[in-house]
Amino acid sequence: MTTPVGLDARSRPRLPRGVKLKHDDVRARWTLLAPERIFEVDATAAAVLELCDGERDLATIVAELAERYNAPPAVIEKDVLAMLADLKMKRVLET
Amino acid sequence: MNAHAPSPPAPPIGLLVELTHRCPLGCPYCSNPLALERPGAELDGETWKRVFSEAAALGALHVHLSGGEPTARRDIAELTRHASRCGLYTNLITSGIGVNEKLMGELVEAGLDHAQLSFQGADKETNDRLGHYAGSWERKRAFAAMVTGAGLPLTLNAVIHRANLHQVGAFIDLAVELGARRLEVAHTQYYGWALANRAALMPPRKEVDESIAVVEEARTRLKGELVIDMVIPDYYARYPKPCAGGWGRIAINVSPSGKVLPCHAAETISGLEFWNVRDHPLSDIWRDNPAFRAFRGTEWMLEPCRTCDRREIDWGGCRCQALALTGDARNADPACHKSPHHARIAALAAAEAQAEEGAEAIRWRSLKTAAALAPDAESAPDVAAQA
Repeated sequence: MTTPVGLDARSRPRLPRGVKLKHDDVRARWTLLAPERIFEVDATAAAVLELCDGERDLATIVAELAERYNAPPAVIEKDVLAMLADLKMKRVLET
Repeated sequence: MNAHAPSPPAPPIGLLVELTHRCPLGCPYCSNPLALERPGAELDGETWKRVFSEAAALGALHVHLSGGEPTARRDIAELTRHASRCGLYTNLITSGIGVNEKLMGELVEAGLDHAQLSFQGADKETNDRLGHYAGSWERKRAFAAMVTGAGLPLTLNAVIHRANLHQVGAFIDLAVELGARRLEVAHTQYYGWALANRAALMPPRKEVDESIAVVEEARTRLKGELVIDMVIPDYYARYPKPCAGGWGRIAINVSPSGKVLPCHAAETISGLEFWNVRDHPLSDIWRDNPAFRAFRGTEWMLEPCRTCDRREIDWGGCRCQALALTGDARNADPACHKSPHHARIAALAAAEAQAEEGAEAIRWRSLKTAAALAPDAESAPDVAAQA
């Protein structure tokens, strides 16, 4: 499966410098901080982003999440690709 | 115990600090007040650090290091480091003038997250003329190269008005060429200096519409490469912009001398008392300062805002603009088509936009011009210092 922004199983997604995953203690939620933007992310999305370290490829990330959440890899892959493609389009994720 | 005490306001998201009003440029639309604050009135570094710590504890996520030119402060790297250690996302809003390789290295090492660089024009001649500073074009380009070379995200900011409106396409090309991830095409907001220069800056409606079309086309073409944010001009809008996201709702500004403001132009509203970080913790100011409470929420609204179904979208628009153009800060921002003043200001904008280039003299931003335009306010800090 490939997305329009060129993400596939061999992509190694990472947060570029200037984009930070942060737990907002005051509001008790996860946020992705970027230039002039703050994205609220739920705990599941935060778990995905924590694995986006530029080392793991997408296949590895999907396999780890499938095991952790005991879910079919195909379902995980679809959700993860959609989420990461959206963030890449917004220029807050690189591969 | 008071059972009817209002619940505390939600915490602010962004802290904008005007670290200094010193600036090498003379942009005629500067967002600083006409009454520029003197260098001698600026907070010291330790006080700024306390403000950053308090803002982070209060719930702020972004800190915008602004001015004037923030790098005119010798302790800019130290301040950036402290803000970053507090967990704040640090954004440097700069002219790019005065930052050499050494300072850039210190800023990067201090944890700077993002730089926003202004351009006054999309070519050397226009840029240097409108920023009122010869040679700034080369320095800005050099700054952009240092930012991208360090791997930091770069935003270009272009404030748009009659003299550079035709360059919107060229600004987009410049942003791509310099490797920016983001471009702000910000039509001038007419407060402070821009209001004093409005007749020289107001663009014609037709050209505004054309520039919006240029941005729309580029957004599609550059999707995934460049994010373009656009602020459209109020006077030609149908709905007003929510002032700072709603008065006292998400944003907090601190002036060079420590005055805490709901928006950078708030001091134009007479009768409001602004507390100072020298005297109060930021959390107390956010919650209790009467100036923050004056227009927070919707209770203060008059018609047509009070019953409008957009009252918690637009928050009545801008209080300063309502005061400047209608005489009462509680009125609907006349940028709104529901305001009884809307037709008058649209006509005024259209008339001013007809003026010949150069027909209206530009007042370049400087401490000297400030003293001439706002003599009373200008002398106030010195009087206070002597008292």
